[in-house]
Amino acid sequence: MIPASFDYVEAASAEAAIAALTEHGDEAKLMAGGHSLIPLMRFRLATPAVVVDISRLSGLSYVRDGGDHLAIGALTRHCDVETSDMVRSQAGLLAHVAGQVGDPQVRHRGTIGGSLAHGDPASDLPAALLALGGSVVARGPGGERVIPAAELFTGFLETALAPDELLTEVRVPKVPDARWSFQKFNRRAQDWAIVGVAACGNGAGTGVALINMGQTPMVAAAVQSALASGASAADAAARAAEGTEPPDDLNGDAEYRTHLAQVLVGRALAEMA
Amino acid sequence: MTVIGTPLKRKEDPKLLTGEGKYVDDIHAVGELWMGMVRSTMAHATIDGVDTSAAAGMPGVHAVYTGAQLMDMGLWAAPLPCAWPVTPDMVNPPHYPVATGEVHHVGEIIAVVLADTRARAADAAEQVEVSYGPLPAVASIAEARTDGAKAHSELASNKSYTWALVPDPAALDAAFAAATHHVTAEFTQQRLIPVPMEPRGVLAVPGVAGGDVTIYSSSQVPHFLKILLAATTGISESKIRAVAPAVGGGFGAKLNINPDESLALVLANKLGRPVRWTETRSEAAFSTHQGRGQLQRIELAADADGKLLGVRVHLDADMGAYMMLVTPGVPLLGSFLYTGVYDVPAFGFTCDGWFTNMTPTDAYRGAGRPEASYAIERAMDILAGKVGVGPDEIRRRNYLAGGEKFENLAVPSTLVFDSGHYGPSLDLALDKAGYGDLRAEQARRRAAGDSKQLGIGLCTYVEICGLAPSRALGGLGFGSGGWEHAVVRLLPTGKAEVVSGSTPHGQGHETSWSMIVADKLGIDPADVTVLHSDTAISPLGLDTYGSRSLAVGGVAISMACDKVIDKARLIAAHQMEANPEDLEFAEGAFTVKGSPDKTMPIQAIAFGAFLAHNLPDGMEPNLQEQMTFDPSNFAFPFGTHVAVVEVDETTGQVDLLRYVAVDDCGNQINPLIVEGQIHGGIVQGVAQALWEDAAWDADGNLRNPSLLDYLVPSAAEMPSFETAFTVTPSPANPLGVKGVGEAGTIGSAAAVINAVCDALSPHGITDIEMPATPRRVWKAIQEAKQ
Ligand SMILES: Cc1cc2nc3c(=O)[nH]c(=O)nc-3n(C[C@H](O)[C@H](O)[C@H](O)COP(=O)(O)OP(=O)(O)OC[C@H]3O[C@@H](n4cnc5c(N)ncnc54)[C@H](O)[C@@H]3O)c2cc1C
Repeated sequence: MIPASFDYVEAASAEAAIAALTEHGDEAKLMAGGHSLIPLMRFRLATPAVVVDISRLSGLSYVRDGGDHLAIGALTRHCDVETSDMVRSQAGLLAHVAGQVGDPQVRHRGTIGGSLAHGDPASDLPAALLALGGSVVARGPGGERVIPAAELFTGFLETALAPDELLTEVRVPKVPDARWSFQKFNRRAQDWAIVGVAACGNGAGTGVALINMGQTPMVAAAVQSALASGASAADAAARAAEGTEPPDDLNGDAEYRTHLAQVLVGRALAEMA
Repeated sequence: MTVIGTPLKRKEDPKLLTGEGKYVDDIHAVGELWMGMVRSTMAHATIDGVDTSAAAGMPGVHAVYTGAQLMDMGLWAAPLPCAWPVTPDMVNPPHYPVATGEVHHVGEIIAVVLADTRARAADAAEQVEVSYGPLPAVASIAEARTDGAKAHSELASNKSYTWALVPDPAALDAAFAAATHHVTAEFTQQRLIPVPMEPRGVLAVPGVAGGDVTIYSSSQVPHFLKILLAATTGISESKIRAVAPAVGGGFGAKLNINPDESLALVLANKLGRPVRWTETRSEAAFSTHQGRGQLQRIELAADADGKLLGVRVHLDADMGAYMMLVTPGVPLLGSFLYTGVYDVPAFGFTCDGWFTNMTPTDAYRGAGRPEASYAIERAMDILAGKVGVGPDEIRRRNYLAGGEKFENLAVPSTLVFDSGHYGPSLDLALDKAGYGDLRAEQARRRAAGDSKQLGIGLCTYVEICGLAPSRALGGLGFGSGGWEHAVVRLLPTGKAEVVSGSTPHGQGHETSWSMIVADKLGIDPADVTVLHSDTAISPLGLDTYGSRSLAVGGVAISMACDKVIDKARLIAAHQMEANPEDLEFAEGAFTVKGSPDKTMPIQAIAFGAFLAHNLPDGMEPNLQEQMTFDPSNFAFPFGTHVAVVEVDETTGQVDLLRYVAVDDCGNQINPLIVEGQIHGGIVQGVAQALWEDAAWDADGNLRNPSLLDYLVPSAAEMPSFETAFTVTPSPANPLGVKGVGEAGTIGSAAAVINAVCDALSPHGITDIEMPATPRRVWKAIQEAKQ
């Protein structure tokens, strides 16, 4: 639980952070809330030579009206997303999910950008973004690009972000009229989900995403296509685990997780009906 | 003044809650070196080589020692102690602080780095290269029992001992032969990782003059530490001072003499520099012993009405890799309680202790007693099912003394229960729970086929605590007495000072002791200072474990106060020129009977005793008395707990909806502290029932050594507890007190699992192994449906 030695750099600006990443390459790690990075470092599962602290980049902590979408700064804390009136009214699912992450301490330190950049399949916010069909803005030495949520998560704790890119903003479509549901199944209030489901729908369609059902946060593709082709909620829910690779750990094996995914998708769709 | 019985807020708390508590890790000494432990990554292997050269050259590294080098240095006179050889032929392989030749569990220390910072010690420890010769690991009791692989290569069997308590074998056989109903049940007591808020740590500081060492340790037992470190290192006992500063919880986990403590002491002594170490949370799963670890088989014999005729128990207990301080005795502490609160004519208990290649086990809150109450209380529910009566009725039919009040009642497990009154405890608990309404709601949900079913679980427990009569402990082969020592002195300024030999680690002794003294001497509790936990200040003591502090140490203080009053009476009589018998002592002052204005406060007497200008002839100056109390019996608290759970049959999730606890710990000194102990105790038992489980794999690796995966519940998972008390004073001590530190844990695991099984009974499910995880419950339902 004692991290290996590392150098600490406090980035004064987004540009400085990107410059530090460019300089140190693979050796460097950004630190936002530190609530995923520091545990990995304490277990010595991550041993970055340089930690670039971006937690004080207050310019990247905001919730703005971006026209058809909400723009949320990457450094916005979970508790600020949870309590933002704009997020609550325009993307209720996201505000609710932010309020279900860990415990109050975690929600006051952890950031939405950190949670998405970490790409943990067991995390809550990535599933919310997938269900909402949002995207993120990545800024690197060569400028900015927008990455849709559906293309962000590429492998276990791996994302489409390049090593020298900073996630600066999260974009979420405004869906004030949407019905949504979040089903988080865990054994203790502060835990990650054993399995979770985020779902959000309106006239334009229904997005359903799964937590902890494989290597990455993922869309429940079979459920979505069943719903799109008019299947009943029960029939759609039965397909919840299709195409997933549920992990086997102390909380659940693949059989149990498959069952949970079906139950939880069923509950989500019932709640939204 | 009556302070006893009032919910005084704890004196200790302002300091602890504002971060002012000084724990071992907060104490520093100039020139200190950090130990970094090189721990085995194999459960069982020969150590074929240890290469320390890379580590030795790292920045800040002072020295690196392997086990072989340390043994060559001749630092130990004997292995780490086991103070409870339960049988004369108990097998106890030598356990030195550092392994040589062969390692016997993951996490066993192989080498020690000394470095100038904690981080450098950790970095260097990582660079020590160990070559192992893997040996087959024994990673479960079941495997140990087959005696295929051996946990220690040199042993002929994994069995360490067989201990038996079968007072009348013929009567036992006859009882089973005569019975109408038989219950045979097997239960697993999973291993638990104790998680005190403060991890363990140690700092050993050699004295300036040389030759003496102060050891600060996060320990429940500084007195034992001093004596046993002296005995095992050969350092003179009078040259070791042991101090337990603020200690953040123990639960038995700090009731030991650990490798790290011994290492810090001998290395500080050898190097002439302070040596320290604090375990990390994940290290604690290996550096600190674990709790429970038993396979239980319990058989009940009952007549047609469900009246018990006999109880037969066999345990297979997991010792882990070595015998620690009281490892072999823990299962036996429960042996006397497998007949619970019931009138059982015939009883037999046997226990085999087995070595495995896992972290040693030892005392953990309740130590042997939660296991016992779990087995009998689970089995009673199964018996109720066979007889066709409710769980309340089966208990009523079997209560000792028919549920009526009793004192000094002999039970077949050879003990004499001090006092009990079980009937009203059950009545009160059922009433508080609204038992009838709960059963009606359960029936409604069952009829409706609700996906969320209700379960109601009872547990009526008795426990044995207040350890205890020294002779009785001697009879059990325990290597210590059970007395406790106290000094009460009134200082010249009129304030009281208490020196106590019991060592608090969160229980609030300072508050309780102040209340006892305040009540006795008629002074303000704020005017009482309690000194403890430092062998230089409190040289005599037997520390805190087994819910003994109040029933032994608190009573010693009370009795020392009586002596102080007796002496003060002589001084007052002398100075007021009255007969001692003519003086009344009340509200902190002596008054001559019939002359209310002839009065002398105890503070004035204390000052007079200090001045010694005018004392009776031959009287020693100062107002100070001591008392060593050795009780005549253990104390036997009891109670009835009711758990109400909701089981989501779709997911297997168990939700604890309500928890009603009616406890009886005799007279209460501070009801607020009692309530706190009950709350914490309940959570620890519920935790075993629903969450906690040290998950060892077949190779002897622990899968969940961190709090990420080892699930300790928080307040968010608990309902608001509904507590109530009955008061049945103990005749075993003048305060009439029992103990309350472990009671909650002893009652709660069985209550919760009984509730879960009650909810699942329509499926024909009679048992769910602990912890009742959602997956386990769901799978049981799936299998029952097939
Ligand atoms: C006790 C505890 C309980 C938790 N429970 C939950 C839970 O129930 N559900 C849940 O979803 N999460 C949970 N978390 C995780 C928490 O939400 C973290 O805050 C989150 O996963 C990471 O956010 P962070 O700001 O702390 O990121 P950090 O830990 O600082 O960083 C995480 C990773 O993302 C990278 N990174 C961070 N910011 C950026 C950026 N702007 N651009 C590019 N890369 C970046 C870092 O380099 C690092 O690799 C828990 C954490 C703890 C400690």
